Amino acid sequence: MSELVLSGLGVSFGDRMAVAGVDVTVAAGEWLALVGPNGSGKTSLLRAVAGTIPHRGSVLVDGVAVATMSRRRVAAAIAMVPQHRVLPDDMSVLDYTLLGRIPYSGYFGIEGPADVMAARRALARLDAADLERRPLGTLSGGERQRVVLARALTQEAGVLLLDEPTTSLDIGHAQQVLDLVDELRVERGMAVVAAIHDLTFAAQYAGRLLLLDAGTVVAQGLPAAVLTESAIARFSGARVHLMHGPEGEPVVVPRR
Amino acid sequence: MIAIAVVMAAALAGILVGPAALAPGRVMAALADRLPLISVDSGLSDREVAILFELRLPRVVLALLVGAVLSVSGGAYQGVFRNPLADPYLLGVAAGAGLGATLAIVTAGSGSLLVGVAAFVGAVAAVVAAYGLGAAAGGRRTGSTLILAGVAVAAFLTAAQTFVQQRNTDVIREVYSWILGRLGTAGWQEVLLLLPYAGVGITVVLLHRRLLDALAVGEEEARTLGVRPERVRIIVVLAATLATAGAVAVSGLIGFVGIIVPHAVRLLVGGSYRVILPLSVLGGGAFMVVADLVARSVLSPAEVPIGAVTAFIGGPFFLLVLRTSTRGGER
Repeated sequence: MSELVLSGLGVSFGDRMAVAGVDVTVAAGEWLALVGPNGSGKTSLLRAVAGTIPHRGSVLVDGVAVATMSRRRVAAAIAMVPQHRVLPDDMSVLDYTLLGRIPYSGYFGIEGPADVMAARRALARLDAADLERRPLGTLSGGERQRVVLARALTQEAGVLLLDEPTTSLDIGHAQQVLDLVDELRVERGMAVVAAIHDLTFAAQYAGRLLLLDAGTVVAQGLPAAVLTESAIARFSGARVHLMHGPEGEPVVVPRR
Repeated sequence: MIAIAVVMAAALAGILVGPAALAPGRVMAALADRLPLISVDSGLSDREVAILFELRLPRVVLALLVGAVLSVSGGAYQGVFRNPLADPYLLGVAAGAGLGATLAIVTAGSGSLLVGVAAFVGAVAAVVAAYGLGAAAGGRRTGSTLILAGVAVAAFLTAAQTFVQQRNTDVIREVYSWILGRLGTAGWQEVLLLLPYAGVGITVVLLHRRLLDALAVGEEEARTLGVRPERVRIIVVLAATLATAGAVAVSGLIGFVGIIVPHAVRLLVGGSYRVILPLSVLGGGAFMVVADLVARSVLSPAEVPIGAVTAFIGGPFFLLVLRTSTRGGER
């Protein structure tokens, strides 16, 4: 259960402004999707929130400024699943999942039985318990994504950041991953912020969308309010039909 | 447990085998006699006791230490730089030590204690220079810039070493034999010199074994796990470098161990540094004792340079491990 507040969050790479002053609050148990074309600043925004790149403005978790926390406390408050991951082929699934316990032990600490149990719980929750001893190199794309989520879950953080969690997954596995994230959000009251390029998925799973263009927030609100044909044409340069699902949620269909 | 048994067996073989035949039973009795509260008459002559305790034992202990240091440092460098080709000499340790030793041999002669000191100073100075240059070029955050700085520093120092050597052709033989590495002059003095560096270096590296696993999943993910990659890198590199410089100072440049042992361990037990590093300490020690045993046995009483032996038995051994482990199918 954590609330995430970003105020005036900005990121620059040299002279280039990647994210310009974003203000947004994500309540506990809320799912915010970042949408926008490639290069619009979604990944930079997530990295700034996770504290892996220098940024301006402030990030508050449950009212506490992340800048005042130790690196370890930040890791216990905010978990991140980056888009580009390095998964060493010969590391076992359990060893990898256990890395999520680093925030809970001292600098020289080594994991104890309680940590192993936490990692096993997370793996079991993501239906990956039987993968425990497998080397990461032998996993399929869907299995990898579940294991990475298990590692993030093991951090027991209240805020979960996901950068394109469904990239390189087929539609079935993509749904499975998004369903799992959604269940965890409900169960644990996690504040979820996910960059999702598939607009239909974003509209189906997120309660609120934040549309970024060139690092600036151009629209935010309910999916149906943000995803209009004109907005999509303008910011993504895409030709689409906008349809609506049974509950009125936007369904974005590309047209030639 | 198996690894510890292998180390014990290797150490025992190292103690028992040599030009002067010592009866195994008597050696065991003599060793037991040295333990507190135990008094056994070994039946060894004074000369045999001297061979055992002043020649064989320090040499085996030194081989264990040097092997452990080079292996664990190699494993640490591979982890810190996420580069399978990294070895303890990566950031210029070898070139710096080579230049230092060459200068000392030229000015003071090869028998001088100064050679070890100069090698140690040269090794540490080279790594400090590489680290400083790499960090100045923005490498503090990425690691690959550090490797490039190390390559540049090593090339520069090797050129300087070659120049000094060519100006003093009378010492080429001594320099060359130093570069190939040797444990032939080992005594308790060398063991005592290396022990503090080896002890601190190995301990610090082992304490970072889990953080090296975190670095293995990439710097960005390591940061989100609460780790500061730059800090881990500088501490581990410093510890590994000091230990390696100590080893180089007493035994010269013994190649191949630092790259082959951690990889062999990795192929056998998987990719977690939590397991690789402790087993590299044991495996490296055992490997070096066996290599030294071969070095002094095959042409006995003459000796083959140990650096040649580590490469000669290490290469085929590594291929064997590679073959059997990839054959195992789904690993």
